[in-house]
Amino acid sequence: MKSSRKEFIAEAEELIEEAQRLILEIQDSASTGFNPDTINALFRTMHTLKGISGLFGLAGITSISHSLETLMDDARLGKIGVSPAVVSFLFKNVDILKGMVEDIGRGDEEGDVAGVIKDIEAFRESQKVGAGNISKNALIDESILKVLSEYEEHRLDSNLKEGRGIYLAKAVFPLEVFDKLLEELTEVIKSKGELISTLPTSTDVPDGYIGFNLMFGSKSGNEEIRKGVDFEIETVVAPRTGQPSVAAGEPQKQLDVHLKSATSTVRVDIDKLDRILNTVGELTLAKGAVRRIGVELAEKHGQNSLAYDIHKISQTMERRLAELQDQVLEIRMVPIGQIFARLAQVVRRYSKEIGKEIELVMYGEETELDKYLAEEVVDPLMHLVRNAMDHGIEFPEERRRKGKKETGTVILKAYQKGNHVMIELRDDGAGIDVDRVRRKAVEKGLLDEREEINESKVIDFIFVPGFSTKDEVSEVSGRGVGMDVVKEKLLALGGYAEVETSRDAGTAFMLTLPITLAIIKALVVRVGGARFAVPLTSMSETMTVEHRDLQAVEGKEVYYLRGDMLPIIRVGRFFGLASDDSDRSFAVVIGFGERRVGILVDELYGQQEIVIKSLGDYLKKLRGFAGAAEIGKHDVILVLDIESLIDESVIKQKGGVHV
Amino acid sequence: MKRILLVEDSATTRALIRAIIDELGEFEVVEASTGFEALKILPSQECGLIITDINMPDINGLELISFVRNNEKYNELPIIIVSTERSEEDRRRGMALGATAYLAKPFTSSELQEIIKNTVHL
Repeated sequence: MKSSRKEFIAEAEELIEEAQRLILEIQDSASTGFNPDTINALFRTMHTLKGISGLFGLAGITSISHSLETLMDDARLGKIGVSPAVVSFLFKNVDILKGMVEDIGRGDEEGDVAGVIKDIEAFRESQKVGAGNISKNALIDESILKVLSEYEEHRLDSNLKEGRGIYLAKAVFPLEVFDKLLEELTEVIKSKGELISTLPTSTDVPDGYIGFNLMFGSKSGNEEIRKGVDFEIETVVAPRTGQPSVAAGEPQKQLDVHLKSATSTVRVDIDKLDRILNTVGELTLAKGAVRRIGVELAEKHGQNSLAYDIHKISQTMERRLAELQDQVLEIRMVPIGQIFARLAQVVRRYSKEIGKEIELVMYGEETELDKYLAEEVVDPLMHLVRNAMDHGIEFPEERRRKGKKETGTVILKAYQKGNHVMIELRDDGAGIDVDRVRRKAVEKGLLDEREEINESKVIDFIFVPGFSTKDEVSEVSGRGVGMDVVKEKLLALGGYAEVETSRDAGTAFMLTLPITLAIIKALVVRVGGARFAVPLTSMSETMTVEHRDLQAVEGKEVYYLRGDMLPIIRVGRFFGLASDDSDRSFAVVIGFGERRVGILVDELYGQQEIVIKSLGDYLKKLRGFAGAAEIGKHDVILVLDIESLIDESVIKQKGGVHV
Repeated sequence: MKRILLVEDSATTRALIRAIIDELGEFEVVEASTGFEALKILPSQECGLIITDINMPDINGLELISFVRNNEKYNELPIIIVSTERSEEDRRRGMALGATAYLAKPFTSSELQEIIKNTVHL
């Protein structure tokens, strides 16, 4: 009995520690809205403590944990609100439990707990959400309410109580693929709030399609909620504006006492995450193999239950793997503010050194991108920042002469755009001297003196290796890293750089980077006898093109796509491959904005997830390939390097330059 | 032979219910481990009865029932709810949405067989 009592003490202490941690978590999330799972977990710790203390006949601990369990049950089901008062009340009572367990550990008897129990009961009564509860029946359509399970209804109630908006997204999908599309939609919704229910419907839906009404709660208002979505959203209940008042005083004091267990983060070596991601990549390939086996089995032996089982398991694997992949990628995301902070230090230090007054303004520090990419983009950014300070921003007296503010400004701005992170670096300095770049290009034999090219093309010369318009190498930016290295680095990361400059108004570099690396979706295409993968992130559409519709501009082939000129690259010709002898091809439109081209291929095979593997040092110099990927049955295909293809033959219609 | 669509996320429960139905020797069972799968099976395989759980990961049983009852192709289909959820409220809602019968887990094999027979031979 003695020794098992020791085990009781150990487990009880563990449970109490866990409870304290959970209460802290609830407290920390007070402003952002607590996670219902945390409340549920706290309920369970009290439930377990009640159970084990009952086994030892410890009536006092049993009845206190029972009362707290009941309190948590009410909180869990939304019968009482989780206010700062509840949080500090929980802290207080868990402390009482802790003291009692310690007493038992010393061999003392339990004291009288009747007062504590009365307190808890009275408190619970006082917190009950009474008739003031929002009547949702008046707000929400009956047809939706009656299909909610009890738990879903509680979630709806608590979303309403917290003043979140209730929205109804409506979507119609083809029946065969609805689960995949619905999953994507669900992800979007989850990024905006909490999904409460998914109701399938066939009302007003064509044959072979299925409709869904997804109800979700979110703090965001009407406009924000519709940002970046292309499905219909109906506002059922608009969110309450203004923050709920939080009495910060009392719980804060409690926090100090329990600080020890407050952190719930783990630092992980990025290499370990890399390895997980690699494994996920390999698993994705294995999943593809399983699916293929299922298809072959069905082809050879007809649809039987084995083939069906394989089909089902491969579907499950696909869903779970996608989740796993997203989760791992999410772990790898860091806010770009981490990088910006380092750049800010450089700006502070160097501006003093070179005698210029420079103010650094940062926006979008919370924008997230993959840790690896963030680290890799530091050097190029550092170079650009130094460049801006050294060559861009003028000395104070010169700025005064030009009628500018003496203090120069460098703006760093990051934001997400689709699957990309955009990083802009702007200075309000002298701008790039286009004439000078042009003279230099002629001097270096890169350009014929009489050749007329537009300004954006002239500016592109700054990315040529060994090109510098400054006659003397400066201390700050002249350290062997040139603009060519910046460009190379960005290309290697799957991104690219654009420049905008205007005389005496400043220069802006716009860097576009993918958010994550590693596993990407790609379109597999065929050209003659070879297959290639085209990363989906760089692709906007595909179409068939009749060769007679192609026209020649400046000696290059173009296609008029909805009135806009689209430069064309024939992939077969580009790599010296024999293409099909046909009057038409498929065109895959890649790149964005001004850097958009259509590449002609013979056949489109379909989408596939691929893991890009490097080609190794020996083949690194090959132009046009980003790497190789395995696509089922030990088939290896090359992945097209979109950026180098675009570089090769983009015809800029309008320059990116405004002078 | 009538086909029964069994919608249940627990593989153990599915196997159990299938075994109970197989004993009757009158029905073919098509299994769906989620509500989504059920939605896919419905138009492709004609079923004579649906047996569904309430709490499932994607759409819940109530939502499935609502879908079936509001679709003219299936609105006559009998539906039996088999749920561990002993919530009176969920049962009430299921029946209100038009479920034919409700059976709370745990149940005996004869209870389930009885309910299936009664439902199908209505």
